[in-house]
Amino acid sequence: MTAHAEPLLSLRGVKAYYGNVAALKGVDVEVREGEIVALIGANGAGKSTLMMTVFGAPRARQGQIHFAGRDITALPTHEIAKLRIAQSPEGRRIFSRMTVMENLQIGATVTDAVDLGADLERVFTLFPRLRDRRHQRGGTLSGGEQQMLAIGRALMSRPRLILLDEPSLGLAPLLVQQIFAAIRALNERDKLTVFLVEQNAYHALKLAHRGYVMVNGLIALQGSGSELLRRPEIRAAYLEGGVR
Amino acid sequence: MPREGEPDKPSDFLTAVKEAAIAALVAFGLFVLLIGIRTDQGPTGALVFTTRFGALAAIVAGVFVATLLRALFWRRLTLSFGQIAPASVKNAVARLTNYAAAAFLVFALVVPIIFYGNRYLLDLGILIVTYTMLGFGLNIVVGLAGLLDLGYVAFYAVGAYSYALIAQYFGLSFWICLPLAGILAAFAGILLGFPVLRLRGDYLAIVTLGFGEIIRLILLNWQSLTGGPNGIPGIPRPSFFGLPFNNSEHGFAATFGLTYSPTHRIVFLYYIILALALLTNWVTLRLRRLPIGRAWEALREDEIACRALGVNTTTTKLTAFAMGAMFGGFAGAFFATRQGFISPESFTFTESALVLAIVVLGGMGSQLGVAVAATVMLGGFELFREFDQYRMLVFGAAMVAIVIYRPRGLVATRTPSVLLGKIKDIPAPIVRDARTETPA
Repeated sequence: MTAHAEPLLSLRGVKAYYGNVAALKGVDVEVREGEIVALIGANGAGKSTLMMTVFGAPRARQGQIHFAGRDITALPTHEIAKLRIAQSPEGRRIFSRMTVMENLQIGATVTDAVDLGADLERVFTLFPRLRDRRHQRGGTLSGGEQQMLAIGRALMSRPRLILLDEPSLGLAPLLVQQIFAAIRALNERDKLTVFLVEQNAYHALKLAHRGYVMVNGLIALQGSGSELLRRPEIRAAYLEGGVR
Repeated sequence: MPREGEPDKPSDFLTAVKEAAIAALVAFGLFVLLIGIRTDQGPTGALVFTTRFGALAAIVAGVFVATLLRALFWRRLTLSFGQIAPASVKNAVARLTNYAAAAFLVFALVVPIIFYGNRYLLDLGILIVTYTMLGFGLNIVVGLAGLLDLGYVAFYAVGAYSYALIAQYFGLSFWICLPLAGILAAFAGILLGFPVLRLRGDYLAIVTLGFGEIIRLILLNWQSLTGGPNGIPGIPRPSFFGLPFNNSEHGFAATFGLTYSPTHRIVFLYYIILALALLTNWVTLRLRRLPIGRAWEALREDEIACRALGVNTTTTKLTAFAMGAMFGGFAGAFFATRQGFISPESFTFTESALVLAIVVLGGMGSQLGVAVAATVMLGGFELFREFDQYRMLVFGAAMVAIVIYRPRGLVATRTPSVLLGKIKDIPAPIVRDARTETPA
């Protein structure tokens, strides 16, 4: 793990609201270049909000978000995407009436379309299923394939940082392993920085270099992945069916 | 063939009878006052009460029998076609649909030759092609970008009035005014686009509906410029490269040594609108393969995902509105020059609704579907002109039938914008292994 002085992504004291309801109550998170960072927490803790706040929807009402040394707190969402942050959003949000190929092309919006071929090849090598299905409509894919498409679409923008929101949601255990293996490969081989939101705390913390635990809009705990996995309160709350 | 068409269990039959009985009951409730009872003006001027229970009974019985037959056989019939038709037949059907667009185009091209002597049919042809073009234009906004626009007639009006006013005040010819009308309509589109950027679905529909009415009311009330309800008469006709279509020495007919006939101009108008419609179609098809067209479609599917992928949704929406409006403006300019007279009466909400119906019936996003729907709807209207009383009845029945049997439009398939071998940025290995897949 290469530790840089300046983190690639940093959130400082970020507060975000839905109407008047506070969803993030002053969050500090750092993601360094080359890391896999996992954010775990219960339903409604604000994990997905945090991820969307990085993209400015909802916008942080207080605090700063920096990416690669630049303040992105007030940038419009599409401008943030142009800085090579990609995301696979909650619920995948693939374009269901468009083909796999078209989905991937939209993913490449922020790159120069000239060498799309190499990017496609990279996605198809990572997820060979997508190559077989490339002329099928997104909506006709299985859940696992849709997840692969969502990640592949994010990769098409040649990101420096990829935000993944619940990539394991609703998938069979075997597929979860496949997806997580792909994430690890992206990190190790392509040196891609990954920020992962997960409910599947065990898998996420095993994969991640570092982790944050979110409770009720605040970061409650942080530490290395293996460290967090050993903490009794984590085991009780997220790994053993919530029995205390 | 297995006995697909026959009910095999008595319970099926009972369900069908029950369904038919309920349908008959509903029909009775609906028609008992509408058809069963009638009042006429008697000889003394007082109303005379008559009953038509025979007709009522016939209708209820008809509904019963029809529902029974449908419940028993229809589902099986439609189901069994898919099962029994051999692959070769299905392939042939698929190939036929591929040729349908080409056949349609060839037919559209030769219409003036076939029906040269029939002024009525030529006028109808012009009308159909005009609405096809409007449908293509609205299809960009509704079908591709997924922005429900109920005020499309506003851009048609802006185009028509732009042409009429520019031609009248500045004396410019049709061919100079046509692009100007398109540009002005596009501006109107952007003007509408800005306030509705945040709106979607129902809310957007209401605002666009209002926009259509606003434009009409402005045209109606700005008397000094638009002539108000009196409209603008004497709009110049288009010329053939400077040759007017009249009986003069320098007219089109005299120059080419033909006997003068008013049909020349009609045929010329037909080809103008056909060319404009084909241009709209061509531009739409091209745009769909460009990033902007893909962004429109992605916007229709999921706006949040679009933004997160770096698509600027503001410019994407505005270009969709502007592009759709521009083609509406072209069609409007053509309408003005064809009619020679325009007034706000031609630009009511009914027009918007008709164009939207054409797009939706055609299957949103399908170009061929729009052309077919325009032909069917306007042709259907004309067909039933003589049976004026039954026109709306048949129209309503047709709508219900389409909602039930083709809920996604007449041509419901969306053609992918990327196909193998047609786009160059696909790496060679993918193209190669896909070619081997395609049946020879």
